[in-house]
Amino acid sequence: MSAEQANHKRIGMEVSFAVAEAVKMLEVEAIAAYPITPQTHIVEELSQMVADGDLDAEYIPVESEHSAMSACLGTSLAGARTYTATSSQGLALMNEVLFVASGLRLPIVMTIVNRSLSAPLSIWGDHSDIMSIRDVGWLQFFAENGQEAFDLTICAFKVAEDKRVLLPTGVNLDGFSVSHVVEPMLIPDPKLVRDFVPSYEPQLRADPADPVMIGPIGIPEIYTEAHMARDVALIQSRKLIDEVFADFEKVFGRRYHALESYRADDAEVIVMAMGGMAETAMGAVDTLRNEGIKAGLVHIRVWRPFPFDDLRAMLKNAELVLVIDRALCAGGPGGPVASEVRSALYPLEKRPQVACQIAGLSGRDVRALHIVQMLKRSMAQAEAGELPEYELHNVREVAQ
Amino acid sequence: MSDYNVYAARLLPRSEFFTPGHRACQGCGPAIVLRQVAKALGRNTIVVNATGCMEIVVSPFPHSAWEIPWVHTLFENTAAVASGIEAGIKVLARRKRHFTDSGKINIIAIGGDGSTADIGMGCLSGALERGHDFIYLCYDNEAYMNTGIQRSSATPMGASTTTSPAGKASKGQFSRKKDLGYIAAAHHIPYVATVTPAHPFDLIDKLRKAAAVEGPAFIHAFAPCPTGWRCGADTTIKLARMAVDTGVFPLYEVVDGKWSLTHEIEDFEPLDEYLFAQGRFRHLKNDAEFVKQLECDVHQQYEEIRARTKAGA
Ligand SMILES: Cc1ncc(C[n+]2csc(CCOP(=O)(O)OP(=O)(O)O)c2C)c(N)n1
Ligand code: SF4
Repeated sequence: MSAEQANHKRIGMEVSFAVAEAVKMLEVEAIAAYPITPQTHIVEELSQMVADGDLDAEYIPVESEHSAMSACLGTSLAGARTYTATSSQGLALMNEVLFVASGLRLPIVMTIVNRSLSAPLSIWGDHSDIMSIRDVGWLQFFAENGQEAFDLTICAFKVAEDKRVLLPTGVNLDGFSVSHVVEPMLIPDPKLVRDFVPSYEPQLRADPADPVMIGPIGIPEIYTEAHMARDVALIQSRKLIDEVFADFEKVFGRRYHALESYRADDAEVIVMAMGGMAETAMGAVDTLRNEGIKAGLVHIRVWRPFPFDDLRAMLKNAELVLVIDRALCAGGPGGPVASEVRSALYPLEKRPQVACQIAGLSGRDVRALHIVQMLKRSMAQAEAGELPEYELHNVREVAQ
Repeated sequence: MSDYNVYAARLLPRSEFFTPGHRACQGCGPAIVLRQVAKALGRNTIVVNATGCMEIVVSPFPHSAWEIPWVHTLFENTAAVASGIEAGIKVLARRKRHFTDSGKINIIAIGGDGSTADIGMGCLSGALERGHDFIYLCYDNEAYMNTGIQRSSATPMGASTTTSPAGKASKGQFSRKKDLGYIAAAHHIPYVATVTPAHPFDLIDKLRKAAAVEGPAFIHAFAPCPTGWRCGADTTIKLARMAVDTGVFPLYEVVDGKWSLTHEIEDFEPLDEYLFAQGRFRHLKNDAEFVKQLECDVHQQYEEIRARTKAGA
């Protein structure tokens, strides 16, 4: 079957439902979840599928996100393909358990519908939630739109469950501005999806016929080695991610990369963004190009493992890189992505300057126009040799 | 004589699944409980163990004291992990992707009183309410022993611990022991029981019943801890027996909501003998009035349970 045939169906669908559809096509065996806006539509849809008998899975309606991820540890240890989804406070409540999932090397897949964190309470989208857990040893993908959310969910299972990886994987998408949008999407034949991701055959499980101890104490003599093993798997997953993306293209016709770009080849100034904002930034790049500014866009699809080498190669000829972050590392480097980009570029002999603007917190609108403004501002600051560590874009003056 | 094996030690399995070589203190009550539990449940069992003494002493890598699969993840999520294992096994069996066909697998979640009565309470309640087919066993040494004898909400009133120390202005633990059996029973689960290591046949019998029911079972195991209770390593079993005979720890069962005392007491042994066989109550030695009050509480609690039994409630 050709890629065109595989994608015969183009239908309008809410992105959350498309994610649930991917989970169903993958014949996920266990789901444990707790509702939180804006993730709710995904888990509601999944529980309906289970209730209707369309998906033969165990749906565990737990009493908290801490238990959601804990139950996922259990189902995964029993050998079941496991899925969950959360956002914001839910992700924060899971924090402790996320380390266990990666430490035990359990290929749980989780959709993270990105949202800001309290206080003040806010249900709208930004990347504060995911950035607070970026170092827990999970793979992290970012989707810009519904099609990508669907496709990356499928790729996530294939990568996570590969014996060379065996690590939990997060698929991030922006709350509301992606999750709740109805989009035209190419929904492939489920059989192709099932052929693409074979059923999960666990490496490690709790089996009375072959008793093992899972999660023993790691005394100082072995803890470092255990963590190194996990780190090696995480870093080496890069190769496999590329393989899976390439295979995905063969079957479904769409190609993903750890790092992607738009009009960046000859660009002197580069905008960097993640998630839905990357799409908006394309428009900004077009506007800037029309004005004669050699602008380009680079966006990060795979946030963990961080694609250091690719980033260096892609940015080495630029003069200025503007990273637009949707989270704030309080009291630290400002934008978490900018901080990573700076550290990636540091070894280069001739390196571009890096500007950081923090924008779009709690779903505040960021349009192409804003991105143009931000870039021009950073260019002027760089020109004057006055580039700040970071700035919050478009903040109203607050009386002290 | 259907309960013949309950009385005949000879008929107990010889096999040990909780083996010697662990690093528990001498006379550790929880370790004795687990050995008996392992005998009762047998090989076809998966253990999920909360952080705490019993997790630490059995698992310093690469050593293991368990001959059956054993999982530790965190301090407070044991019941949720066990829920997941149960659900996972269920769906794999249904989809014919199961890895073993050795019959029903017992899943037992094990936590200390701190893990059960405090930090893991919500998680336990969730798992009981959802009706997963598993056993939850709380070994109750009445303190957070692994972090060094701190109070939990199951520490009895008057006990001195490092976070409820006795002092000029304090009589030690200031609140009444949280009653786990009541809380579990309030979830309307099919089986709740209390056990002690001093009543091993009763313990084994109850664990087997717990394994046989469909749905959640909750076992509250009284487990003296010589280190925390400041008592001799050779007094563990004696103290467990005294706890039952004084009424401090009534042995009962709640089967499908029906309460029954499995060890009726006619005349309570005096409480002070039990208290002062331990160091954690020694500051109360000159406080007869307070001890009297404690004894009253104990008897009142026992009568409450007796009333439930009688009412067939
Ligand atoms: C979230 C969290 N808080 C605190 C701890 C530290 N901690 C480990 S074990 C323990 C006490 C365990 O007490 P209990 O459940 O009564 O079991 P015991 O040690 O007495 O066997 C504590 C406080 C932890 N591991 N995790
Ligand atoms: S401190 Fe108490 S519970 Fe812990 S191992 Fe020692 S005797 Fe057992």
